[in-house]
Amino acid sequence: MGNISLNQVTKSFGDVQVIPPLDLDINEGEFVVFVGPSGCGKSTLLRLIAGLEDTTSGHISIDGNDATQLPPAKRGLAMVFQSYALYPHMSVRKNIAFPLRMAGLDEAAQTAKIDAAAKALNLTDYLDRKPGQLSGGQRQRVAIGRAIVREPSAFLFDEPLSNLDAALRVGMRLEIMELHEKLKTTMIYVTHDQVEAMTMADKIVVLQAGVIEQVGSPLELYHAPRNKFVAGFIGSPKMNQIEGPEAAKHDATTIGIRPEHLTVSKTEGMWKGRVGVAEHLGSDTFIHVHDTGLMDMMTVRITGDIEARHGDTIYLTPVADQMHRFDEKGLRIA
Amino acid sequence: MARAITTQKKVMWTALAWAFGLMMFFPIMWTFLTSFKTEATAISDPPVWFFFDWTLENYADVQARSNYPKALMNSIIIAVGSTLLGILIAVPAAWSMAFVPSNRTKDILLWMLSTKMLPAVGVLYPLVLLAKWLGVMDSRVLLVVVLMLINLPIIVWMLYTYFREIPGEILEASRMDGASLKDEILYVLTPMALPGIASTILLNIILAWNEAFWTILLTTVDAAPLTKFIASFSAPEGLFYAKLSAASMLAVAPILIMGWFSQKQLVRGLTFGAVK
Repeated sequence: MGNISLNQVTKSFGDVQVIPPLDLDINEGEFVVFVGPSGCGKSTLLRLIAGLEDTTSGHISIDGNDATQLPPAKRGLAMVFQSYALYPHMSVRKNIAFPLRMAGLDEAAQTAKIDAAAKALNLTDYLDRKPGQLSGGQRQRVAIGRAIVREPSAFLFDEPLSNLDAALRVGMRLEIMELHEKLKTTMIYVTHDQVEAMTMADKIVVLQAGVIEQVGSPLELYHAPRNKFVAGFIGSPKMNQIEGPEAAKHDATTIGIRPEHLTVSKTEGMWKGRVGVAEHLGSDTFIHVHDTGLMDMMTVRITGDIEARHGDTIYLTPVADQMHRFDEKGLRIA
Repeated sequence: MARAITTQKKVMWTALAWAFGLMMFFPIMWTFLTSFKTEATAISDPPVWFFFDWTLENYADVQARSNYPKALMNSIIIAVGSTLLGILIAVPAAWSMAFVPSNRTKDILLWMLSTKMLPAVGVLYPLVLLAKWLGVMDSRVLLVVVLMLINLPIIVWMLYTYFREIPGEILEASRMDGASLKDEILYVLTPMALPGIASTILLNIILAWNEAFWTILLTTVDAAPLTKFIASFSAPEGLFYAKLSAASMLAVAPILIMGWFSQKQLVRGLTFGAVK
């Protein structure tokens, strides 16, 4: 259970086509992340799968059955929203019970399921509180609890962590991954945060303007981005992309080098530049280099700490086999 | 930045507010006082303010001459009935306008409101003929329906404003949770909008209670509510101010008392959505 496939699915709002014809297969048990800049259509795509938006054309099938015309309730999916979307007038218990009540389960069965979910999510002590009395992380757990009890064939997450502070976000990220390990249920997760995408996904779907730019495992995307957009979007700090004569030397329109694939020296190297801002993270140092004559600003990532003062001259050398080449259309040259 | 409010300014505004408040309240106070005067004192010139022989005879007269309990009962049935019927129709209407708006939603809302600008007398004859043809003249059913229709635009508008405050994601969550449209409206939307719905009910009961044009014209005896009861005291034999005042006090007392106890709810309801 949990195979979802999209066949030539499109979506238009009025005259504006936000999703041009799109095909995608999601396999049972996969953790799939839709990632892309805001407005790329990733949430719309998720809502199409959920049934909260109608497709303009094309077909969506869930577990082999055509679900294109099915209402959300009949698709057997559960969704966790960015705003949590808890029912503010109901206690935590009633919130989690709601889908069970709608399914017509008897009281005893409801209680058993609620207690199990509450235990798994550390919510047992909060069952009688209202959502307004909970912290952001607890609310998010209630939303997840409400999704779990339905035993859906797939979970849909719409930027579930963006309302949480950074520390909590990392914790919840782990919890969701643990949950996936435990339940082995298909999960589709929408985020604009490529770190979330890289750490959580079995399969990442990179979207731009409603078009799938690449589908692949996090490391495939990192090591072999299909085009300049994916190359720039995956990886932090961003990949340095150099055009012009320097790229032509490598028979490419654009060459890309990730910040971590540059070595620095104070005395010699392939490219010369001037240190701008250096960000010391302790474990790493990000140096922003100006005046290389190659691009506005190059970023270098050095493991550990390194002394680099504003205005210092610095030499950069790319690691030979870590260079990405792109043609005039921005596509990867193998 | 804290605004500098001088004592002088404060006193001035307070005095002004009191003056305005008293001005608004004056007619009611005068009616109240007059209802305890004899007919002679009521029309004396210069008017007598507080120092007269207070008497309850007007209230006794009014009771003797007409059937106050019946009029009161009619008023309650018509006001509450028309409001509840209106809510029943307006909840689904406002739901669809707030959560699945079309390009025409704004136009429809404005059109609905524009019907309130139509002079009521313009549809008097068609309505009377229709009521006669249906054989429902002077019936509570007729008034419940007519007042419901008259206040429906306001009910829809108010509910629409409250519903708009409710995040659509919560309703979507209920749909994902397996709720049908009925479940969604009954278990999620309505409880969340309850404060707004309560204010709407209160306000519309007041509006329906005070509605005089239709209630006076479409009733004679059986369905006559308090408005008709008051009007019957400005009868052909001349004006009896004291008795008229007593009748008026009896008619407005229930709604005044209700309004007094629900002040908070009413103010909250009327300003709901104004502050985000």
